[in-house]
Amino acid sequence: MRSSSEIITVSKRATKAAGYSWGVAEEVGKNIDILELIGIAGIENLKSYLKDIQKKTPIGPNAIELQNKIDNECLCPILTGVCLIDDFKKVELLKEINFFNVSYPLLMIPFISRLSFLIGKRVSINIDEHVFRFNLDKYMFSDSDVNSLVIEKAKNIKVSTFENDDSFTQEVWDELYALSTDTFVEENEKLKSTAAGAGLEDND
Amino acid sequence: MHKQIKHRNPHDVMTLKRLGSFHQTKLSFLRSFVREFKSWTFKRDLFDLDEQGFGTAVYSVNKDSRTYSLICFANELDASERSDRVIATKWDAAFVLHDGVPTENDIQRLKLNVPKQEVGRCSYKELTLSRANKSLRIFNHVVERLSNGVQPDLSLIKRVGYLYRTTAVYGSGKFGLADRYRIKDRKEINGPFRLEMMLVYLVRQFTFDQVNHIAKKNNPKLAVKLDQSIARKLGIGNSTGLGMAPFIINHPSLLHQWIFAKEDALRQIREINKVKDSDLNIFKECLQLSKNMINTWETESEYQLKKIKELRNDIKKFESEYLSILSVDRVNLWNHLYKWIDKNLSFEGIEFIISLMMEPYDSIINPLISKMSSDEDLYFNIPTHKKVSELKNIISTGYKNIIEIDFSKNKQNEKFWFISKNKEEPRLANRFDDEGSELEQPLAIARDINALYFRLLEVPEDQILSEFLRNNSDLRHVVRRCFIAEKLPYSEIQDNSIGSNLMPIDMLRLKLSFFGAQKFDPRSDKWLRICMYQGAPLINEISQTNDRWIYS
Repeated sequence: MRSSSEIITVSKRATKAAGYSWGVAEEVGKNIDILELIGIAGIENLKSYLKDIQKKTPIGPNAIELQNKIDNECLCPILTGVCLIDDFKKVELLKEINFFNVSYPLLMIPFISRLSFLIGKRVSINIDEHVFRFNLDKYMFSDSDVNSLVIEKAKNIKVSTFENDDSFTQEVWDELYALSTDTFVEENEKLKSTAAGAGLEDND
Repeated sequence: MHKQIKHRNPHDVMTLKRLGSFHQTKLSFLRSFVREFKSWTFKRDLFDLDEQGFGTAVYSVNKDSRTYSLICFANELDASERSDRVIATKWDAAFVLHDGVPTENDIQRLKLNVPKQEVGRCSYKELTLSRANKSLRIFNHVVERLSNGVQPDLSLIKRVGYLYRTTAVYGSGKFGLADRYRIKDRKEINGPFRLEMMLVYLVRQFTFDQVNHIAKKNNPKLAVKLDQSIARKLGIGNSTGLGMAPFIINHPSLLHQWIFAKEDALRQIREINKVKDSDLNIFKECLQLSKNMINTWETESEYQLKKIKELRNDIKKFESEYLSILSVDRVNLWNHLYKWIDKNLSFEGIEFIISLMMEPYDSIINPLISKMSSDEDLYFNIPTHKKVSELKNIISTGYKNIIEIDFSKNKQNEKFWFISKNKEEPRLANRFDDEGSELEQPLAIARDINALYFRLLEVPEDQILSEFLRNNSDLRHVVRRCFIAEKLPYSEIQDNSIGSNLMPIDMLRLKLSFFGAQKFDPRSDKWLRICMYQGAPLINEISQTNDRWIYS
């Protein structure tokens, strides 16, 4: 088994060798480690993508917009991901963003995880038919088995941010709360009279 | 009245000239390890060596419910194959620290892999790894003497200082070893480089057991065991090259934690209003004891000889001009002393005396040791929503020496760092004479910070950094560093790491001083030898030892 340290170092160097800056390569090193730790084929996707662009110049969006597309070209998942985390304030405002024709889209997943942490909200990414949801860089949920997948290209990627709303109604909460009160003890008058603040006027 | 002392200015502390003059202190990892290791139990589980001392040995140490085992493989090595270099492929012995008690299968697996080093693989069940060669100056002498019933020549023992010399001690995921995240929360090893220190300490015990074993096999009737008082004077040697230099650049938050611990200890000591007689006596006693180390510090390096001479002169000057007036009657004695050494001594002397000032103060030092590790992930994200003006301000205040360097001059750009294709080790070359500078590693931090500053001057102050980074991706790595340095002011070396005057061994000494190494012996400007654990208590006496062994 390769260690995280080896995965980070080799991914970083390979990314730099492909023409990215050292700073971007550092981001990729960290990201591939995240992918491998959660069981997604980060090394395989990165290797395939870097080989794929050996004679091309990778292109990312100039800025994050609602719809992101480059005519006759595929978006680079690395530069697109860097743009997403760098523009995290704007991403939060836009709420739902679409990218069209993205190479090796699984490489964007760690950026989405980090985006969720940066904006402090849940974020989901739909890569064509695959859906991933993130909560503050801590939890990931996927509705499909992508562990050994290498996806060369996604036609459409949708990134959505969600407000920090409850997933339940007030009624459901009240019912659960009522159940929790079964751990409480009724206080008698003597104890009430000696509790903090007892016997004092509050307007002193 | 309580005097408020500030930490020393990072611009003064973080120059290579000063960092290259650091000495071991009470904070050093060897010493803190020995203090913590007192309460561990030790066992020799296997000692299967032949009459020449070749074979396998296993030592285990235990605390609470945790066991760590050192597995040693001693091999026959032809003299022509013996090389200290990290790139060598064969060694007299190879060692691995295993997490728990190894099974027979583990030992067999490791036997096939550990001696091969780079081409072998370890697993997440192994924590640290090292290899070592015998010191030819001393190993055979010791064996021969012991075989004949005589103790070895003490002056030779003192001069060489070790039976074995390691080349590197690896951890943190190298060659498939366990990553740091797997062990970082373990309470019993909750200090920096604990498992590396543990490996070296146990290797030292193996070297004693091995010479005793060979002597006994050579001459069962006459052989004697190595006298404990002599064994104590033997540590483990180490040859260290350029690999350590990138480490301190690549781990800025960790570097800050180390330096800050030292600086905060100094600040707290300087703030002491009334110094106790007993504490001053400890300082004086350590000063006297330390002269033995200074006087037996040998090297052929002119660079180091000059520094040793400066240190000896500093100690003489300190004793003749200041020590006699040192009295606990003086308020803020340590602060007064610090101001005097800062004014009158060289960096060698200043940093040496600071080390001695820490000796009486366990109560200050011990809480700092637990803060000498770092979670580097906390500082990875760049706050790209900030403005160019904010970043410019960080550089103009945090890197003011750096932005004054004129990098248009060749002498400031003379060197470049690269990774050797042959051995995957860091190397330093001349940009104007050697090929490969287009593959330079991102270790020219001063040059890149300088470039960043002047590029920032060309864009609007209110530009958001995300926009700046889109057009200046080549400087992304140093933008990240600036925001680390803003929070952690001792995270950055305030010097040029590619200039013609660079002495890489200054960077090595910085790291090795925190390890607790002594008697730095540069063999060129790019590598040096040191000795670890010389004078340290032996494993059977460690529970009774005091912390002053380093001066013995």
